[in-house]
Amino acid sequence: MTALLHRDLRLSIRAGGGFGLSLAFFLIVVVLVPFAVGPESEILARIGPGILWVAALLATLLSLDRQFALDHEDGALPLIATSPLPLEAVALAKAVAHWLTTGLPLTLAAAPLGVLLNLEGTAYGWLVLTLALGTPALSVIGTFGAALTVGLRRGGLLLSLLVLPLYVPTLIFGAEAARRGAEGMDATTPLLMLAGITAGSLALLPFAAGAVLRINLR
Amino acid sequence: MSIWDYANPKKFMDTTTPAIPWIFGGAALCLVLGLVWGFFLTPEADKFGSSVKIIYVHVPSAMMAINAWVMMLVTSLVWLIRRHHVSALAAKAAAPVGLTMTLIALWTGAVWGQPMWGTWWAWDPRLTSFLILGLFYLGYIALWEAIADPDQAADLTSVLCLVGSVFAILSRYAVNFWNQGLHQGATLSLDAEENISDVYWLPLLVCIVGFILLFLALVLMRTGTEIRVRRLRALERQAQRAVA
Repeated sequence: MTALLHRDLRLSIRAGGGFGLSLAFFLIVVVLVPFAVGPESEILARIGPGILWVAALLATLLSLDRQFALDHEDGALPLIATSPLPLEAVALAKAVAHWLTTGLPLTLAAAPLGVLLNLEGTAYGWLVLTLALGTPALSVIGTFGAALTVGLRRGGLLLSLLVLPLYVPTLIFGAEAARRGAEGMDATTPLLMLAGITAGSLALLPFAAGAVLRINLR
Repeated sequence: MSIWDYANPKKFMDTTTPAIPWIFGGAALCLVLGLVWGFFLTPEADKFGSSVKIIYVHVPSAMMAINAWVMMLVTSLVWLIRRHHVSALAAKAAAPVGLTMTLIALWTGAVWGQPMWGTWWAWDPRLTSFLILGLFYLGYIALWEAIADPDQAADLTSVLCLVGSVFAILSRYAVNFWNQGLHQGATLSLDAEENISDVYWLPLLVCIVGFILLFLALVLMRTGTEIRVRRLRALERQAQRAVA
């Protein structure tokens, strides 16, 4: 499992994978928002956490389709499947690799990008905290979606259609916790719910992803 | 004689095909009766005026939108556990009907909301979760359409339905938490002391029965169509093999 993890990490960082791309996408979305809603700093500060959450979510989505598709194209996926590692563990390793190359950089990049949106001082900590708690869930849910659409030729658009509704609870609790924290309200409940969603998805969805992979490789 | 006998496509078709016109007839009867009764023979509510009468379409369609998803969940489970093809095809057949019910509920809700709340749409928990339910239906239908191999498609959509159900319920409560709503509470519930007054309740009940029958008839018909499509494909393959 660690070997697979290392391999995926190396592949995504070296071979022009999604590593820099999703970060750049994140940056561009955040830059575009002020053009669309106007440069008033109060408005930007108010919608900032939500914008950063949506942008992070879309950037995560963008890098999902290459997760299994590349392995499927070059025939590595059946080889991985025939290894002694169960497919559930493969799915989990893929999700972890995806988080390390997408979710973690996005979380770290969110704070500097928050400057562009005139976030208030208290908002940064909450934003980074909620993103750190929420992006693993995004990665695991996305891995399930990617496993679902692995055999399809034009899976990309379908993948977004399937995964985005599944992202709704994570987004609601994540953005809500970030917003409440930024405004100095009590954010314990949404934060705990967010952590619960992440923990639950991490525990259960690899099994669903493994089952789906098995069907797709049949 | 158990319910699993109907997993045999032939037995299923033999039973349902003659029954479908009767069910359609029952649905039409109930809907005409319920709607005429509800629209023309009930007093106007003092607060709502005549716009309350859209309830006779709104509530049953909203109920069926949720029930259709539950039915898909059950049939998906049956397919995953017992591998009965009719079950998978019934789930496939129910999805577009469920989506239509969702759209009807949203549309009638908007039409009702305009005079009552002064807005077509509000980000109210119930409205929002119905919108999300519609998105789930869309994704489910799109996945069915995208996969060529029918058994694989049935497997994948079944898993999607299971996972989607969990997330749909999560979304429902997340949305509740996220925004307090304009929408009134449940009109009908089994444990309430008193529901709406009988004058409105009886025609509504007739309409609900009508919608259930309509849903049943549509799903049975569409399942039958799916089975026939399956048979046709099998026949075509046989013919090709005979030529080759």
